[in-house]
Amino acid sequence: MSAVAPNSAVASNGAVASIRDLAVSFATDAGPVRAVDGVSLDVQPGEVLAVVGESGSGKTVTAKTILGLLPETATTSGAVVLTGREGATTDVVNVSAAKLRQVRGRDVAMVFQEPSSVLNPVYTVGWQIAEGIRAHGDVSKKEARRRAIEVLGTVGIPDPEHRVDHYPHQFSGGQKQRIVIAMALVLGPSLIVADEPTTALDVTVQAEILDLLRHLRDETGTAIVLITHNMGVVADLADRVAVMYQGKVVEQAPVRDLFADPQADYTKALLKAVPRVGEGTARAVERAATRPDGWAESAPVVRAEGLTITYPGRFRQPAFTAVDGVDLAIRPGEVLGLVGESGSGKTTIARAIAGLTPVSGGSLQVLGTEMRGARGRDLKAMRPRLGFVFQDPATSFNPLLTIAECVAEPLVVHGRARNPEAARARVDQLLEAVQLPRSYGDRFPHELSGGQRQRASLARGLALDPELLIADEPTSALDVSVQARVLELFAELQKDLGFACLFVSHDLAVVDLLADRIAVLYRGHLVEEGTGEEVLGGPREDYTKQLLASLPLPDPEAQAAHREGLHALRGA
Amino acid sequence: MTSGEITSVGTAGAAPEHVGGRGAWFKKLPVVHQVRQSVGLQRGMLVAGLVLTALFVLVAVLAPLLAPYGWSQLRDLDGAFGAQMPPSAEHWFGTTVGGYDVLSRVVWGARTALLVVLVAVLSSIVVGVLLGLVSGYFGGWLDRVLVVVADAIYAFPSLLLAILLAIVISGGQSSMWGGILAAALSITVVFVPQYFRVVRAEVVRIKAEAFVDSARVLGTGHWRIMTRHVLRNSTRTLPLIVTLNASEAILTLAGLGFLGFGIEPTAAAEWGYDLQRSLADVTSGIWWTALFPGLAIVLAAMGMTLMGESLNDLADPRLRSRARSGQVAGAVAATSVEADASDPENPASAEHRENPKGDDA
Repeated sequence: MSAVAPNSAVASNGAVASIRDLAVSFATDAGPVRAVDGVSLDVQPGEVLAVVGESGSGKTVTAKTILGLLPETATTSGAVVLTGREGATTDVVNVSAAKLRQVRGRDVAMVFQEPSSVLNPVYTVGWQIAEGIRAHGDVSKKEARRRAIEVLGTVGIPDPEHRVDHYPHQFSGGQKQRIVIAMALVLGPSLIVADEPTTALDVTVQAEILDLLRHLRDETGTAIVLITHNMGVVADLADRVAVMYQGKVVEQAPVRDLFADPQADYTKALLKAVPRVGEGTARAVERAATRPDGWAESAPVVRAEGLTITYPGRFRQPAFTAVDGVDLAIRPGEVLGLVGESGSGKTTIARAIAGLTPVSGGSLQVLGTEMRGARGRDLKAMRPRLGFVFQDPATSFNPLLTIAECVAEPLVVHGRARNPEAARARVDQLLEAVQLPRSYGDRFPHELSGGQRQRASLARGLALDPELLIADEPTSALDVSVQARVLELFAELQKDLGFACLFVSHDLAVVDLLADRIAVLYRGHLVEEGTGEEVLGGPREDYTKQLLASLPLPDPEAQAAHREGLHALRGA
Repeated sequence: MTSGEITSVGTAGAAPEHVGGRGAWFKKLPVVHQVRQSVGLQRGMLVAGLVLTALFVLVAVLAPLLAPYGWSQLRDLDGAFGAQMPPSAEHWFGTTVGGYDVLSRVVWGARTALLVVLVAVLSSIVVGVLLGLVSGYFGGWLDRVLVVVADAIYAFPSLLLAILLAIVISGGQSSMWGGILAAALSITVVFVPQYFRVVRAEVVRIKAEAFVDSARVLGTGHWRIMTRHVLRNSTRTLPLIVTLNASEAILTLAGLGFLGFGIEPTAAAEWGYDLQRSLADVTSGIWWTALFPGLAIVLAAMGMTLMGESLNDLADPRLRSRARSGQVAGAVAATSVEADASDPENPASAEHRENPKGDDA
């Protein structure tokens, strides 16, 4: 069969990519599993098509099929017809490996999620871009370099003539993603597939990359297939949206129509689950009003004064200061939301409070125990009064113990029960409190979904009825719809049990839902602290303003105005 | 042609209902599970390895029944066997230069080999795992010293080290158990660093996992963390090293015997020793004295290597080959929302994976 598909019916509608009845199944140990089930999509030139859906919905598999990147275990049927700039069409599903190699890069290119693992650390970025050029035709080294410099300039790398000879580690995360986009762009493909291009990036960097992608679409007319789970990103960039659920496209609509008037039940539920900044402020005000008199003067459960945490340097390098002179306090029954980008020191503070990371300067008092210089024995009294919920529910359970044994572990360790069986009654009670069926106690962690595991994690954190719960990004590994339910449960439990809580997150909207007060961290310094109303309603500091403006709103109309605000802020 | 050229690779051996299903209990036993899981060449290798290994173990266990004579028997009621007799009805594999029956020596040799393998592997596991666990978990100067020592042992030629230890341990004695222990312990010293390294590397990785952090936050004691959380999660690769090491142990034992540091012929039968004694025979056209012990070494070592290698490949999902269905098949797996949305009043709902839309979203 020729690589140029005679299938003119598909090619005639002018789409750069046309997917027809695509079905993909994977051979697994448990027999074949279908990942994509009869998907049909068209991508028009110069259009951004967002494919949204939760993990496991088949959106990434669909995207990888467009480039023929599926592993050997996949079986594919249907057609994916690509139309190059010259009008030649190729059916990616039924084409030889050699032809496929020609098509990749020339007609379609890919931008991956994690820029630091896509770039090869031992070659200069210029070499890596040139490699793509030279793989598609006889181009001289000089010419390839000239084009590499040109494309680096296009994606906004400053001083490209000089930086083309730099290695990946000499660029920041956002710049690396720009370089990955440059690699995708250099051969002028008619279509770029971007698989979660901003998920690994901080929100301020994300806003810049989204601006770049929008700019590229307008300037070069490249169509973009944007795979994402973030409805804010969709609202910001997409022209048209396809919602995938369980391997099928449940809804396809222009972005404004989709947000204004979703048709499918799943889309409605998805949009409802997206957290929006400002939702929780009213609730926080309500809670503050019901506090008893004298509460503000009561002894805080956590009090940090000039807290400094450094990580020792290696090989004579200076020590790295992760947290620098932070003052904060959490009073009984209060939820403090700690917000910051990656590297801001928020997780370090959470770990220091739990005694996992030593404190190097200042003072940190947790439940009356001074953590600075504390040894294992000193912490013994404080341990049972503190619970911890970890970020990744997949790794925070011992895979060889059942959920009931894991939840019983705190009770056994602190002598409240002799063995996991004896603790079972309390475990069942806890599982019920986090809305898990009792029978789930006999399952192993891998038999639960991410959201269920995070509930079990919450149950374990609450097993000893702690006065203080530390939650380190508890929902960042979860899908939006699952996140909404876990957050709701969290708020309910906090209200009922009244524990104080340090809630760490990178997502302002999530923190806003739960927190009484919000503290913003930036590079180890506490930038701003106050109630949700103060911090989100009228931020004083420039950094907070920028953080708030960078957060894309899950509504295309509002986001367009919001974006102007960000540009004005940057210009100022 | 619309559905593409999809070829059906492998056999229909991996029927979809067996794995993860509610099969009979014996289908979930370690080795049985792997045989059922494998397809094509991998299955062939695994089965060949299993058959050879089973044969080796059976011969070793049933040696008193199988061997026509004792390992050091020189004569029977009809008188002496005679040296270097060719294969005959009385002596199927002929006799050696020393006048022993080759078949009997080969059969009894399996028993010696099995004992050495068992003692060597067990003792190196116990020592290696314990050291690896402590070293990886606590780190610090103890870890550094142990790693350097392990590396130093690596740097020695392993056979030279085994010879040295055989001399030190046996001290020139040549009883059966003395010889077996000497051989086994000298092999142990060579193998301990391997187990130490594998377990230490796993422990260092597991130590950083969130569930260990979670145990530390609770104030769990070191010993409990080490045994309950770390150790059980870091022994996953051990069975594979064991099978590979077992074959290496046989080769080391044969090497020691060949060089004359093994077990005396009167104490026990040993393949390496027999091979060495038959060196001169080969040039004078007497093939049977060298062929059969040599074949025994090769088959026993190969059986265990095949088994170990194919188990190793099967344990890694990326190396495991699977039977591919000819066309797009299978049901769409339930994704998280609906399963998670299952009401606690209705715990069964999450299990209805075929119909996950039954819930309200």
